Amino acid sequence: MKQEFTVTVYTENQIGLLNRIAIMFSRRKINIESLNTSPSEVEGIHRFTIVINELEEVVKKLVRQIEKQVEVLKAYYNTAEEIIWQELALYKVPTDEIAEKVKVERLLREYGARAVVIRKDYTVFETTGQREETNKLIAVLEPYGLIEFVRSARVAIIKASSGFHSKLKEFEKKEPSEDVIENEYLGKGDEVFTM
Amino acid sequence: MSTIEKAPAKEKTDKKPAITNVSGSVAVLEAFLAEGVNTIFGYPGGAIMPIYDALYDYQEKLHHILVRHEQGAIHAAQGYARSSGDVGVVFATSGPGATNLVTGLADAMIDSTPVVCITGQVFAHLLGTDAFQETDVINITTPVTKWNYQVTDATEIPAVLAKAFYIARSGRPGPVLIDITKNAQLQKFDYEGYTKCDHVRSYRPAPIVRKEYITEAAKLINEAERPFVIFGQGVILGKAEKEFLKFIEKAGIPTAWTIMGLSAIPSDHPLNVGMLGMHGNYGPNVLTNECDVLIAIGMRFDDRVTGRLDKYAKQAKVIHLDIDPAEVDKNVKTTVPVWGDCKETLPLLTAQVEQKVYPQWLQKFRDMMKQEEETCITPELNPTTEQLTMGEVIKTLNELTGGDAIIVTDVGQHQMVACRYAKFTQSKSNITSGGLGTMGFALPAAIGAKVGAPERTTVAIIGDGGFQMTLQELGTIMQSDIDVKILILNNQFLGMVRQWQQLFHDKRYSFVNIESPDFVQLAKAYKIPGQSISKRDDLKKALTEMLNTKGAYLLEVMTGKENNVFPMVPQGCSVAEIRLK
Repeated sequence: MKQEFTVTVYTENQIGLLNRIAIMFSRRKINIESLNTSPSEVEGIHRFTIVINELEEVVKKLVRQIEKQVEVLKAYYNTAEEIIWQELALYKVPTDEIAEKVKVERLLREYGARAVVIRKDYTVFETTGQREETNKLIAVLEPYGLIEFVRSARVAIIKASSGFHSKLKEFEKKEPSEDVIENEYLGKGDEVFTM
Repeated sequence: MSTIEKAPAKEKTDKKPAITNVSGSVAVLEAFLAEGVNTIFGYPGGAIMPIYDALYDYQEKLHHILVRHEQGAIHAAQGYARSSGDVGVVFATSGPGATNLVTGLADAMIDSTPVVCITGQVFAHLLGTDAFQETDVINITTPVTKWNYQVTDATEIPAVLAKAFYIARSGRPGPVLIDITKNAQLQKFDYEGYTKCDHVRSYRPAPIVRKEYITEAAKLINEAERPFVIFGQGVILGKAEKEFLKFIEKAGIPTAWTIMGLSAIPSDHPLNVGMLGMHGNYGPNVLTNECDVLIAIGMRFDDRVTGRLDKYAKQAKVIHLDIDPAEVDKNVKTTVPVWGDCKETLPLLTAQVEQKVYPQWLQKFRDMMKQEEETCITPELNPTTEQLTMGEVIKTLNELTGGDAIIVTDVGQHQMVACRYAKFTQSKSNITSGGLGTMGFALPAAIGAKVGAPERTTVAIIGDGGFQMTLQELGTIMQSDIDVKILILNNQFLGMVRQWQQLFHDKRYSFVNIESPDFVQLAKAYKIPGQSISKRDDLKKALTEMLNTKGAYLLEVMTGKENNVFPMVPQGCSVAEIRLK
């Protein structure tokens, strides 16, 4: 059965890499539900967080193919239960409506919303949370003339480990090698053969 | 880039002072020399002119072969790589020059051939402006390259090329494309010498060998009653032919090959039981579904090898040796994965397997070969028909070359017949487009193969259809005086498609009836001697003349129009359902 997987990819920060990774999905006719790229805790190494709905068997093979790419350091996948994840959402609503009809205080408290901008014509709220939480606030605000809504891609951190160095060790331990070998070039930014 | 200049810390002592005023173009050629390149296949054009201008002064060190189409350049580079075991190098200009490489890149990607392509590109300030002959070659070639990179600053060139060669030839080899903007080719910079690349942080060429898997694999093999070895090009790419022979000879296991693995072991080796796959031999296909341990070495379970996957070797425990971890479990579920370079893993495995023989099991292969001989092989090799068969042409060629020639094949019926019947005594002798099935591959690939192994006889066996896809390379053969024997097997049809139309589409021969020019006259126009024959009595004499002629020769052999290649595993059937007729 298809289910939601979060794929995390550690890469060198290089032009064209987004395309190289994106086509791994499109070639197999897999839709990317959400994609985020950001720096990681290691200098010069970027991190992609990609959400897809697929069979685990397919995801497993896909992740190996992604990891094969020259500029990819590590790729792995997790189910929603194995990760801590958040999305950020922004909501633009007419200020007069919202100020008159809604108890803004209730909004802020119940939904963990924050007013980012308050203007005469509109107010922008922000929430951070999982999909259902950010969705709830849409439902609340819609009757009051929600002008605009946007949600960010997912960012996720795995529950089980502490950081990239030890995470890498952990994965190396599983496969393909039993011996734990740390990437000897990882911490040596100035000796890195890269471009 | 500042990181690179610091990289070779250990070599600081013998670091030469920077040479000022070196152009990016010269840096490219210097990189080639440092990497041991001596031949380039290419075609000039506007955006690569500065490199060609620099090449003018390097003609004595770098032999440039002017092709007639960029597709010819990359196929030639592939042929060169396959016959020499080294990296093939290509020059092409921007735009159409670069897009003409795409088929060859895809072919090299799927067949793991090490090739480095340098394409020219418009000036960096023109990128994205739809400039003359501008095309987004990096994005076009991303899915068909192991790695690609665009250079817009000459100072990057030495390090980028070092990385390109390292990536192309290490691990599971593949094509690399470097796109260099014209300004970077012209730019003068302080050249600090060339340092070969030996690692890339984010890239592991081969996974670390897991010793316990070797032990598990050896245990399975030692306990097996009907073990079966199947191998592919990995044995050749890993330069592990000797290690491979030692393994099968000690373990005494019957061994079959994919067409990409062909020639890695001698054809007459007693454990060589033949070819796998759709048009492979009867025994190896049927017995795949009867063995108890299947040992796959350097092969990727292509659908043409496995037939219907859910009925493929289900009874067997599968041991898969591969350098590419992504291949393990990709198509066939593995019991024991043996990650790593087979040159390293095979000796470890050999040390742990027991010396054994399986006479009864091997006899089964031989019995089935007898059946196949009666139904398929004898009628093909010793026909009673009036018209010549492709098989007898190959058989006669074997007799004359003694199996020492490099055989380059195109795609289609002649390819299957040649792979089935050609004899080989040494590795790297079978060059064909296996994964992509590129018609038009053989002629340019044979040019490269000959240049890569000049001391060896090189025969390009091509169908009448495929020959017409890249026949302009006759011009290359003429101009560069390349000793390629061209053997056209002409059945006046696009034969493989016709065979399928006959068998699966009620003989509705839809656009497979291809007309050909007078190939002999055509060759003559290129100053290549040749002849066309259609009678059995002329065959041996004509082949002898072809082989004895100094320089290129074109021999056209007219063969039976509606002959079919058998055995055959029909699409959607299991390997056990292979048809003998």
